[in-house]
Amino acid sequence: MSKGTFGNPEIVQEELDVLLIGGGMACCGAGYEIMRWAEAAKAENGIDLKIKMVDKAAVDRSGAVAQGLSAINTYIGSEQDPADYTRMVSNDLMGITRDDLAYDVGRNVDDSVHMFEEWGLPIWKTDAAGVRHDGADSLKEGLPTLKDGGKPVRSGKWQIMINGESYKTIVAEAAKKAMGMDRIEERIFIVKLINDKNDKNRIAGAVGFSVRNNTIHIYKAKAILLAAGGCVNIFRPRSVGEGQGRAWYPVWNAGSTYAMAAEAGAEMTMMENRFVPARFKDGYGPVGAWFLLFKAKATNAYGEDYMAKNKEMLNDYPPYGQAAVPASCLRNHLMLKEMREGRGPIWMDTVTALGKLRETLSPKEVKHLEAEAWEDFLDMCIGQCGIWVGENIEPEKKNSELMPTEPYLLGSHSGCCGIWVSGPDDVGAPTTEDHEAKDKIPAHLPQGWNWGYRSMTTVKGLFTAGDGVGASGHKFSSGSHTEGRMAAKAMVKYVIDNKDWKPELDTTAEQLVEDIYRPVRTFLEHKDYTTAIDVNPHYITPKMLQMRLQKMMDEYVAGTSTYYNTNAHMLKVAEEKLDMLKEDSLKMRAKDLHELLRAWENYHRIITAEAHMKHIQFREESRYPGFYYRTDFNLVDEKNWHCFVNSIYDKNSKKWNCFKRKHVDLVDKSKLFKAAAPH
Amino acid sequence: MPTFVRTDKCDGCKGQDKTACMYICPHDLMKLDKDGSETGHAMRAFNQEPEQCWECYSCVKICPQNAIEARHYADIVPLGGSVQPLRGSDSIMWTIKFRNGTLKRFKFPTRTTAEGSIDPFKGKPMPKMADITKTGSFTKDMMGGFRLGNQAELIRRK
Repeated sequence: MSKGTFGNPEIVQEELDVLLIGGGMACCGAGYEIMRWAEAAKAENGIDLKIKMVDKAAVDRSGAVAQGLSAINTYIGSEQDPADYTRMVSNDLMGITRDDLAYDVGRNVDDSVHMFEEWGLPIWKTDAAGVRHDGADSLKEGLPTLKDGGKPVRSGKWQIMINGESYKTIVAEAAKKAMGMDRIEERIFIVKLINDKNDKNRIAGAVGFSVRNNTIHIYKAKAILLAAGGCVNIFRPRSVGEGQGRAWYPVWNAGSTYAMAAEAGAEMTMMENRFVPARFKDGYGPVGAWFLLFKAKATNAYGEDYMAKNKEMLNDYPPYGQAAVPASCLRNHLMLKEMREGRGPIWMDTVTALGKLRETLSPKEVKHLEAEAWEDFLDMCIGQCGIWVGENIEPEKKNSELMPTEPYLLGSHSGCCGIWVSGPDDVGAPTTEDHEAKDKIPAHLPQGWNWGYRSMTTVKGLFTAGDGVGASGHKFSSGSHTEGRMAAKAMVKYVIDNKDWKPELDTTAEQLVEDIYRPVRTFLEHKDYTTAIDVNPHYITPKMLQMRLQKMMDEYVAGTSTYYNTNAHMLKVAEEKLDMLKEDSLKMRAKDLHELLRAWENYHRIITAEAHMKHIQFREESRYPGFYYRTDFNLVDEKNWHCFVNSIYDKNSKKWNCFKRKHVDLVDKSKLFKAAAPH
Repeated sequence: MPTFVRTDKCDGCKGQDKTACMYICPHDLMKLDKDGSETGHAMRAFNQEPEQCWECYSCVKICPQNAIEARHYADIVPLGGSVQPLRGSDSIMWTIKFRNGTLKRFKFPTRTTAEGSIDPFKGKPMPKMADITKTGSFTKDMMGGFRLGNQAELIRRK
C-alpha cells in the first residue's frame, strides 16, 4: 500500500529504456512486438532493455475496442494492393494525407489480422457456395483460416466481419503474456511528458498518478510510445443528461495523446480535421454493415434517397466529389442539406433492406440474418440495442433514425488529426522541403517525411501510433495494432543507438507533484469556505469546466448547434473564452482521486480543443464540407490549401504557431476519379 | 444506460480490496461502498458517475454474481426494455426484452481458443537485428500477411 496521503502523495521513481503509455490496440501491438526484438537485442547486442506499459484502465478492456467490435475495418487481402488502400485513405480525407504512412500500414496490417485469428478471434468466412459462416462455425466446417487462404465476409471493400465481443481481451492476452504482468501497470494515468534537461527537443520521461492510491509515478525513459487514443467530449454532445456517456467514440478518450505531445513540443498535424459520423440516432450504432452488408438505403422523411437526389452537390468539390465512393464528409454534406431544409428525420430503411433479403432466403437463413443484424450492435454498441428495446424497434418492422453526431478528434478512424511522425524511407517520400512557405517552418524541425526512426515524432525519443499518428487515418483497430508494432521496432533501434545516453528530467520531482496534485490541494485548502461543496469561488469542478468547454466549442467552433458553421469572428470569440478557460483550469478541484482523473482528462481536452480551434482559424478554406464549414471561406481551395497544416505549441508562452507543409502524392490518385462529364 | 448494481446480488466481491467491476471499468466508474456511507448499502459496488457510462457492459460481463444490469439512458430511452448478457468462455448469450414484452435470445461465439491459452511466441521466428530497420514485423515471413504491392504504383520511388 502507498505511504502517501491524499494531500501528500508518495513519489515512486523508476528508470526505463522504453515506456508505453496506453493499453489499447496500438500499445498491445507494441508490447507484443517489442519483447521479441528486445530478446534479439539481448542475444546479439548484449543489451537488456527495461520496458514497461502503463494504462489508466485495465488492459483487458481499455481503449477504443474495450466493448468489442463487429468488424475489422482494415484488411487488405491478397486481392488488393496497398496502393489502392492508400488512395482510399487519401480520398476519404479530401486529399491531404501522408501516402507513406498509409502505404506502410497497408502492406503490414494483414499480419496482425492473421495473428488475431490464430489467437482465437472468430472471423466470418464465405464458403465455396457463397454461404456465410460465423467465425466458430467456419472452423468446425473445416474452412481455412485467412492465413491459409480462407475467404472473409466483406462488409465493404476493406472491412471484414468478425464475432468480436472478446476482440480486446484476446489481443490484450497476447500482449500481457508477451510482456509479463511485472512489466504492466494498470490504473496509473500519465498526465505529462517531461523533456530532457539538456535538450528541450528530446523526451526524458513522463509522470502520472495512481487512481487507486496516493502515489505519483515518475518514469525516466529513453524512448516513449504515446498512444492514449483520440478525443471525445470537447463539443457539447447531442445528449447532455445521462446520455452524454453514450459518445460515439469511447468517452474515456480525453485527448491525452494530443495534449501531452503538444506540450512536449511535438509538431502536430491536421488538428483542424475532425470526424462527424452519421450514425443511428442517440445510440450511435454502426451503419457500415447496414449500408454495405444488408444493402440498406438512407432517405429523408419523404423516402427520397438524398445521395441520389443531391448528387449534383458533389460536383462542387472536384476532384473528391467525383470518386466512386465520395468522402465521408461529403456524404454528410448531402444529408445535412435535407436536415437544414426541414426534410428530416433521416431514416435508415432497415425494413425494405431486410424484406428484400428475405425474399431469397430460407426461414433458417432469415433467422440467421436477424441474428447478424443484432450482433452488429451487441458486439460493439450495446447502447443502440437499449434504444431499440426501449422504443420497440425490430429492424424488420420499423425503421431507425440516422443523425450526424457532435465532432470527434481522432487519427485512426475516418479522421486524420494527430502528430507528425517519421515515415518509411523506401516508398519515395520527400526528404526536403520545397515550397514557398517553407521558411515559416520553425528551423529546429526536420525536413521531409522521414528523419530516422519510423513513428518517431519531431521530439527525439517520443513515438506514437494509432490515434496519435496524424495525416493518415483509416487504420482502425488492426492498423493501430500494426502501427504499434512498427513503433516498437524503431524504439528498440533508438535505444540501442543511444545506449550510453542518460535522460535527465527538466523538472524536479517536487515541482511535478505540485503541478499534478494542485487540484487536490486547492480542494483541501478551500473546501470549508462554503457550505455547498460544488459552489465555491476558489475552485471549479472538472465537470463544470468540461461543460464550459463543450458549450464554447459547440457555439463558436462549428458544433451541432450551428450546423457545423463557423467563421473568423466566431473563432476570435472562442479564442478569448478558451484563454480564460485555460487560466481557470489551474483552479480545478479534485475531491478524490477519481475527480483528479477527470481534472487531468479535462485539462487534456482543453489543449486539444485549442489546437483544433487554432488550426481551423489558420486554414482559410472549408476542407471537410459536412464536418465543418468556414462560412467566410466556404470552398475547397486546392490552389492555396492543398497542403498540411502543422503546428508547434510552446508550453512556456502557451502559444501556438501554425504553418504549412507541402502535400505530395506517392501513388497516382487519378485512378480514383471518374472521367469528367463531357461538356 | 448507465449500469446499476442490484443490492440483492452484489456481495462486494467478498470483501476483497477491489471488486471485479472496479477492476475492469475503462472509465473508473465503479466504486465499492465499504461502510455504506455513500449509498446506504455497505459492501456493495455502485456506479459513481452514471452520466459518464458508455454502456460498454464490461462490468456487466465480468460480475461473478450477475449483479450488474443496465437501465438505458433515461434522457433518451423509454423505460421497460432490457439487454442482458451471460458471457461464457467461448460464447455470449444475450436476452433481449422489449418494452412491449417481446423476447429474443441470441448466442454468438466470442473465441475459438481456450481463455488463457495464447502462447504468444510459440512457433514464431527470432528476428535478426540486421532486419530492424526494414519494414515488417518479426512474423512477416510466416504469417502470410505482408503485401509487397505492385512497386510500379509508387510513382516517386527511385
